[in-house]
Amino acid sequence: MSTILSIWHREFKDYFVTPIAYLVIAIFLLVTGWFFFSTFFLKNQASLRDFFNLLPLTFSFVIPALTMRLLAEEFQQGSYELLITLPVKGRDIIIGKFLASFSVVVALLIPTLVYPLTVSYLGNLDWGPVIGGYIGALFLGGSFSALGLLTSSLTRNQIIAFILGSVICFALSLLDKMLVFIPHSILEVVQYLGAGYHFQNIAKGILDTRDILYFLSLIFIGLYLTSLTIQSRE
Amino acid sequence: MLSYFLTGNFKFPDGNLLDECIEKGFSMINVQGLTKYFHDFCAVDHVDFHIQQGEIVGLLGPNGAGKTTTLRILTGYLKPTSGSVKILDFDLMANPLGIKKRLGYLPESIPLYKTMLVYDFLLYVATIHGLVQPQLTDRMNEAVKVCGLRSVMHKPISELSKGFQQRLGLAHVLIHDPEILILDEPTSGLDPNQILEIRGLIREIGKKKTVILSTHILSEAEATCDRMMIIHNGGIVADGTPDSLKYQIDKQGSLNITLEKAQFSEVKSYLENIPGIYEIEKLPTEQNIPDSISLRIKGIGDVDMRRSVYAAIKEKDWTLLEMSLEKQSLENIFKDLTQEN
Repeated sequence: MSTILSIWHREFKDYFVTPIAYLVIAIFLLVTGWFFFSTFFLKNQASLRDFFNLLPLTFSFVIPALTMRLLAEEFQQGSYELLITLPVKGRDIIIGKFLASFSVVVALLIPTLVYPLTVSYLGNLDWGPVIGGYIGALFLGGSFSALGLLTSSLTRNQIIAFILGSVICFALSLLDKMLVFIPHSILEVVQYLGAGYHFQNIAKGILDTRDILYFLSLIFIGLYLTSLTIQSRE
Repeated sequence: MLSYFLTGNFKFPDGNLLDECIEKGFSMINVQGLTKYFHDFCAVDHVDFHIQQGEIVGLLGPNGAGKTTTLRILTGYLKPTSGSVKILDFDLMANPLGIKKRLGYLPESIPLYKTMLVYDFLLYVATIHGLVQPQLTDRMNEAVKVCGLRSVMHKPISELSKGFQQRLGLAHVLIHDPEILILDEPTSGLDPNQILEIRGLIREIGKKKTVILSTHILSEAEATCDRMMIIHNGGIVADGTPDSLKYQIDKQGSLNITLEKAQFSEVKSYLENIPGIYEIEKLPTEQNIPDSISLRIKGIGDVDMRRSVYAAIKEKDWTLLEMSLEKQSLENIFKDLTQEN
């Protein structure tokens, strides 16, 4: 447990010692802020739906940008050799790094709390979907972090890790928007696989175990496959 | 897979228990039939050796001989294709975590986290080793003192010179007071003063701990190690103290003589009849003495040829300018053992 904590602490601090976290947070706020507020006053509705609708897509490139360095950089610089010869379990390394990038996702979402506060000041905001939306955002961020960590473990090149991670996250986000091309017989299965679909469910303010289970299994699969790729390096 | 997630509660023997293990006759490191293939390339080929507690062992060999691979297997970073590594009586592969706690490894390239501060890095390593207060502060102070890092504690690692990075690497290895230290080319890239410093440090550490270091600098191995293992093409070709290695080859030492007013063919045909001499070759002549020849005489086994050669010279009345017994240097031994024919 304490090793997970040490690794988490190191990785989390590293995000803020280097400008990565600031850059990613700034870009994220810029993009979400612009797309949300540019149409907000035209619609004249006190809701955060546009913000949450866009979230899977922004997360698809923001989170892989955070996770790409987690393992690829260690492989590239050789510090992985140093890390793995310390008395740590591979599992602890993976969980520590996962939690570090997840913490940055949380740090990234905190400034956006200004949006609901502003909106509730301007109009009559229904807080149910907002709270649901943030819970969904946490699950979504966790899942994408796990998948980003997985792609980071596959290569020593951070750019490849980023592109691969983005492609996977985009595919999961867009899956339920591509359903017109899918034959009717497997429609439901494909819809169920899409991260966007489950996120929208939670963002409506309905906490369904199926959606939560989906995200938890996505996190588990991501971390498990990461531990497999790490082991295969030995 | 499951074992990756569930690890046993193995504990490395400490203090009295460690002494007991050594009294029972267990080697600190016991390697048997170690083999490592990378695809179809054999990097380490059936290597066996024992290392006793408190030894400083130098692993020598040309680049690509398998030194780093061997060390990486000993640290548990690489899994051997076959063969076993035992630390005391414990299988490394079965108890990797417990053994890693008592082992310090410094990779060749010293891949430290460049963005961290020296202090943060040492603290990070110490907490991963599970050190808690008050030992944490003690151990950190000790490592910092031994490695002379006090003045750079609050600098980012990326700003350190190579020498300081090397010292920080050593400090990180020493922080948990390990029983076994594995150092891969600990002095590469340092200037001569720093090399002396690091060697002194290794000697100091080696008084109490078991140290294995790899190097391709022979004088370094001679200066620091109690024992040398020369490795070539994945196998151990020589193993012993620096002196014993020299002695082994000394037997085949050769005699160099320089004569004046003599013909090479005459000298050669005469000396060849002396028992014990099997080869005579001509060396380049000294420029300032026009009428002289230089020869190298090789004997069979450890026969001392000096007396018989001198007797022959006296008999033929050649003028002897120089006679010296050429001792094999470690360089020559190394060259003989590791050069492809």
